[in-house]
Amino acid sequence: MNTATKPRRKTRKAPISTGSEWTFELINRYYDEIARIAAEFGLDTYPNQLEVISAEQMMDAYASVGMPVMYNHWSFGKHFLSTQKNYERGAMGLAYEIVINSNPCIAYLMEENTMTMQALVIAHASFGHNSFFKGNYLFRTWTDAAAIIDYLVFAKKFIAECEEKHGEDRVEELLDSCHALMNYGVDRYKRPQKLSLEKEQARQAERERYQQSQINDLWRTMPQRPEVERVDAPRRFPAEPQENLLYFIEKFAPLLEPWQREIVRIIRKVAQYFYPQRQTQVMNEGWATFWHYTLMNRLYDEGSITEAAMLEFLHSHTNVVLQPGIDSPYFNGINPYALGFAMYRDIQRICTDPTEEDVRWFPELVGSDWRQSLDFAMRNFKDESFIAQYLSPKLIRDFRLFAILDDDYQPRLKVSAIHDDEGYRYIRQSLAEQYNLASREPDIQVFDVNTRGDRSLTLRHYQFQRRPLANSVHEVLKHIARLWGFSVKLDSVDETGRTVLSYECKVEKRHGQ
Amino acid sequence: MFQLIDRRLNGKNKSAVNRDRFLRRFKSQIKGAVARAVKDRSITDIEHGEKVSIPVRDTGEPTLGHAHGGVWERVFPGNHEYIKGDEIERPDGGGAGGSGGAGQGGEGEDDFVFELTKEEFLNFFFDDLELPNLVKTQLQQTVVMKPVRAGFTSDGTPTNIHVLRSLRSALGRRIALSATPLDELNAAQEHLDELLESEDEHSPEVHSLQSQIRLLKNRLMNIPFIDPFDLRYTNRVRVPSPTTQAVMFCVMDVSGSMDEYKKDVAKRFFILLYLFLLRVYERIEVVFIRHHTQAFEVNEDEFFHARDTGGTVVSSALKLVKKTIEQRYSSADWNIYVAQASDGDNWDSDSPQCRTILGEELLPLVQYYAYVEITEGEPQNLWFEYEMVAQRHAQFAMRRIKTAAEIWPVFHDLFKKTPMHAGG
Repeated sequence: MNTATKPRRKTRKAPISTGSEWTFELINRYYDEIARIAAEFGLDTYPNQLEVISAEQMMDAYASVGMPVMYNHWSFGKHFLSTQKNYERGAMGLAYEIVINSNPCIAYLMEENTMTMQALVIAHASFGHNSFFKGNYLFRTWTDAAAIIDYLVFAKKFIAECEEKHGEDRVEELLDSCHALMNYGVDRYKRPQKLSLEKEQARQAERERYQQSQINDLWRTMPQRPEVERVDAPRRFPAEPQENLLYFIEKFAPLLEPWQREIVRIIRKVAQYFYPQRQTQVMNEGWATFWHYTLMNRLYDEGSITEAAMLEFLHSHTNVVLQPGIDSPYFNGINPYALGFAMYRDIQRICTDPTEEDVRWFPELVGSDWRQSLDFAMRNFKDESFIAQYLSPKLIRDFRLFAILDDDYQPRLKVSAIHDDEGYRYIRQSLAEQYNLASREPDIQVFDVNTRGDRSLTLRHYQFQRRPLANSVHEVLKHIARLWGFSVKLDSVDETGRTVLSYECKVEKRHGQ
Repeated sequence: MFQLIDRRLNGKNKSAVNRDRFLRRFKSQIKGAVARAVKDRSITDIEHGEKVSIPVRDTGEPTLGHAHGGVWERVFPGNHEYIKGDEIERPDGGGAGGSGGAGQGGEGEDDFVFELTKEEFLNFFFDDLELPNLVKTQLQQTVVMKPVRAGFTSDGTPTNIHVLRSLRSALGRRIALSATPLDELNAAQEHLDELLESEDEHSPEVHSLQSQIRLLKNRLMNIPFIDPFDLRYTNRVRVPSPTTQAVMFCVMDVSGSMDEYKKDVAKRFFILLYLFLLRVYERIEVVFIRHHTQAFEVNEDEFFHARDTGGTVVSSALKLVKKTIEQRYSSADWNIYVAQASDGDNWDSDSPQCRTILGEELLPLVQYYAYVEITEGEPQNLWFEYEMVAQRHAQFAMRRIKTAAEIWPVFHDLFKKTPMHAGG
């Protein structure tokens, strides 16, 4: 973009289109242009698939978390109804894009969009998000883009079959319970296995038989050797606390039937698929926004799009990256698009046009090739570490960030840092912490199962900063108890290991049998 | 590598299944909302969808999360006034604005609101009334449109060309267009005849005149026999097939013993009759008559919401119905339906009079007269008198009910009839 103007003038092309109407042929031509420029910038992507859809179909897609196939559940209907209501009242526009982390990478184009918007979506989704999906380490570790659609088809079919065999109500109950634990269906520290449809299907039958025999065995053998057991120091099961509640339930819940275990597994797999997205909001949206901005600007510089189109693009771009301040009525937290976009732009600036301050803060970036530095940043971080690594003092000043400490032992809130020399590192650290999933979500682990007594399950909540659990915990405990089949207890322990609060959901009778 | 797929032709109702499941799951809440809506709505306004709101806590999907409390440190944008160490008062309500933690929690407490379609709304409404399915579908039917001739238009499909009209207008056009050249032609002809008497037929004047005549004849010849402009098409407009009109009298006892619940049941009773009439008649007027010892014609709001005390003289209402019919709705022009709801109380001496008025004066005028007694007590004299009427008149139906679910049999005979019969 910063090349001298003279040669650019010479190579200035005729615009691809002038009006706002799009046609399939135009989309093809825009795509080719954008793809060419993206390749020049070295973006590495999955193959693309663009699908033109109507507004209603967009709402359908919304309702099923963007996926083209999804099992049926009332909660998706609920989302659909609320989207529909908001859309029809004009309270919200539909997002102009949904993109799916799959191979090929599917992006939706809404038929109502103008040609400029379609180009924007192509740049944003098919090149921005797409390259992020392919490059970022979390997505590489946690998801298998090639398998997800097939797996969802399998899941949908399996769940539909279960509904036929066991009744919609039982499946719905089970799904409700699993959804409540969806965020606890992921291994945070262990590297996961990748999804593969054939493997899943092949293993499914075997798993069913084997697991059932294992579990029955586990319970059957317990009382047979009471003397031996008693000699040992009381041993906990599981020996180590387990963070993946759904996995633990799938493997060890005594009363679940095989099909129920399979459904638990499906929800776990789906949760795992979405896990990276929750950890890379800022990075992912920022990356896509950065690239649509860069690609569209290049298109304009080359003359491929008209000034009118450029203005339209800038209008919607500025809306996307708007960050209202805390005193604005529109304030709704930090806008991940705004923050992410600003950070990538800032990295680019530091590489190409550093100030004295940048030299002190980011010596490794100064003078490096911005494309390589950006690529490195995109590949190897998640929101938390990305912010901790790259949030510059300039951005803190631009956003006028400040940290507020809210300690319920103190009568008043305290401003703990603002955008000054003293505060930069502090703010950077607390903002990074804010994006740390582990501190955003309560840390709850399986602690003990009473294998010799009432088979009750004990969970532990390790309090962080004395933060209590929300009231929904009572409801969630009921769900856990439904899955486990016996009483469930949850202890909140503070940093010293002292139990502060206990919750319990008693199950008197076996159900399900 | 890249693929562009047009998915617009694929079905757009992917979410229909999930929507149905949502409705099924929250059936009881939705039913409650529909019942409230029925209460608030005008009888004539029953055929619409409805906005239903369910408390968010019921539709919520619980997940584990943090509550406000403990230590939170959050970073916000847009600092204008603060420096490090400033202390701020805790905002009310656990941090809707500045204190973080429950930042979005404050907004989540609204009700979950969504729209039921007309069909869904009626379904829930009928559920309470325990209507047979056949009747439900009948009632839900949208009006059948019938094409009716309505004059002629200048465009349409070839099958609708009206030959006579088209030729007639062609003729008119031909006459209009040929008038001037014909006059000129006649004049030229006369002139030529005159000339020929005095001049040689080879003279230049004659020649020019003759060529003028040829020209004029050509012009006349060139007027087309029929032109697209002449075509006339029969025009058909679509009108709702039942084109008769009906008047529905809602008669209700509003003496002190009619409580809110009974009024609500009565309202459903009236709505059901209204829905039936809606299906059969194009135009329906509703007249509300309430009575205690005296009867008044009132608007709907007063009808359902005002309360009176005192005794009950049913015949006052019957007299007023009759008077209104005579004054405004002659039974030659109007199909008359009466729905009467009461709790059965009446002055003992008045009941025989009711029987006389009803049997001899009113019933001959009306299509159908439905009476419900909403009560749990023993039948009183009004009931026995009415029973005598019922034996003699087929268009009189009566029923004692306790809940809305028992209303339907009152209309049993009515719904058995086809619209044609009911209308005639």
